[in-house]
Amino acid sequence: MLKNIFIEVGLIARFTGRFFVEVFKPQFEFKEFLRQCFYIGNKSLPLVVITAFIMGLVLTMQSRPTLLEFGAQAWLPKMISVSLIREIAPVITALICAGKIGSGIGAELGSMKVTEQIDAMDVSGTNPYKFLVVTRVMATTLMIPLLAILADAVSLYGGYLGCNIKGVVSWDLFWNQIFDTLVFGDILPSIIKTFFFGFVIGIIGCYQGFNSSKGTEGVGQSANSAVVISSLLVFIIDLLAVQITDVLNLN
Amino acid sequence: MTTNKPIIKKESVISINDLNKAFGDHKVINEFNFNLFRGENVVVLGKSGSGKSVLIKLIIGLMKPDKGTIHVLGNNVPELNSSELDEMRVKIGFLFQSNALYDSMTVRENLEFPLRRHWIKTSKQDVNALVIEALTNVGLPETIDMMPSELSGGMRKRIALARTLILKPEIILYDEPTTGLDPITGKEISQLMLDIQKKYNTSSIIISHDINCVKIVANRIVMLIDGTCYATGTFQELENSKDPKVKQFFE
Repeated sequence: MLKNIFIEVGLIARFTGRFFVEVFKPQFEFKEFLRQCFYIGNKSLPLVVITAFIMGLVLTMQSRPTLLEFGAQAWLPKMISVSLIREIAPVITALICAGKIGSGIGAELGSMKVTEQIDAMDVSGTNPYKFLVVTRVMATTLMIPLLAILADAVSLYGGYLGCNIKGVVSWDLFWNQIFDTLVFGDILPSIIKTFFFGFVIGIIGCYQGFNSSKGTEGVGQSANSAVVISSLLVFIIDLLAVQITDVLNLN
Repeated sequence: MTTNKPIIKKESVISINDLNKAFGDHKVINEFNFNLFRGENVVVLGKSGSGKSVLIKLIIGLMKPDKGTIHVLGNNVPELNSSELDEMRVKIGFLFQSNALYDSMTVRENLEFPLRRHWIKTSKQDVNALVIEALTNVGLPETIDMMPSELSGGMRKRIALARTLILKPEIILYDEPTTGLDPITGKEISQLMLDIQKKYNTSSIIISHDINCVKIVANRIVMLIDGTCYATGTFQELENSKDPKVKQFFE
């Protein structure tokens, strides 16, 4: 069991290493990269927006009674902005993308593998790793931070509405409080970690799909493993990120 | 039904010597020797799991042999680097058992895919003419803008064949071209393979256990039993063989 885990980790590391070799080699599959950016970014947009909005609203409404006990409801925008920007919006976006994009990539490449489309690409003179993996991993690495930034904004708007359900906070006051609270040490690490989230979601989805076997059952397993492993890695990266920001005195 | 006549052996286009391939302890190909001559259709006949598909994947360079040489048009395939392999693959067409059409692309994009090689410079008009010629050869010019999912099994096989033909290969490797098709469509595909052989003077290796297809297309048959070239001869010679291992395929 333990041996198999180490073998799997080694294979994922080798697969990832190949990405850094292939990404700098010509020819660049720019058209496919743009197609993937559109697919990954645009198609995940509604889900990310809805979830971020609800998270912002719910967090605000649930935090309000506790702050009210201390008479500190005026601190509500400050508190939710730090929670949402530093942790909730990026991690929720990454988990949604792991579920939607990671499983999609795992299933798509897995079915291409079992129906010999990847071999056909090889025979047709197109490097399948470059065409399928490099483009998808680059697209997730670029698109997930953009989605996370959007989720930050939408969740704060949800928070604004949450503040105004049982209280009154003007639009200007709400944003002034947020921008007075937030510093670069809050925003920058949270954006930087989303690049890593995007990278692992792409690479794990591709790895699982590329190594799919055993027909349609294998495709299902690939999609499932892509979600499970990439979600777990998102949390591990989050854990590492908080340690690093702590060392750098950014917490 | 008439059988394909034997070809007068002249120039060898594929020459395989002492080929070995094993998966773990299981020897799939064992000291295999074989020659394919120009303009000849050779059927490789053997039981399921006897290593027929492995043999053609070794020839096209999708797998590496453990031992032995595979000379294709003068080049030893296991020794070629990726760019040499790519140049060699332009001269070899490969028809996959599952057709391996790219689901996300139209028929036109599927056919254009082998022309994406960066060192093949063709104008848009030339590409269009090549696509239409390949589709006309298989009798399906009207499907040019359709998706593979809109086509029947026989049509998909024809489109896969058109994609194989687009670069006018000297050698075509067919992996079970009539499997999963009804007898009438199977016969049409067999006839198409024969027409292609006559029109372009291609040499082919055909993996099949559809005896009707074998009877139509084979100039020569090679029996792959226990990983070796067990017997070779024309359809009539092997059909009349007294050896029970050979005879069982023709009963």
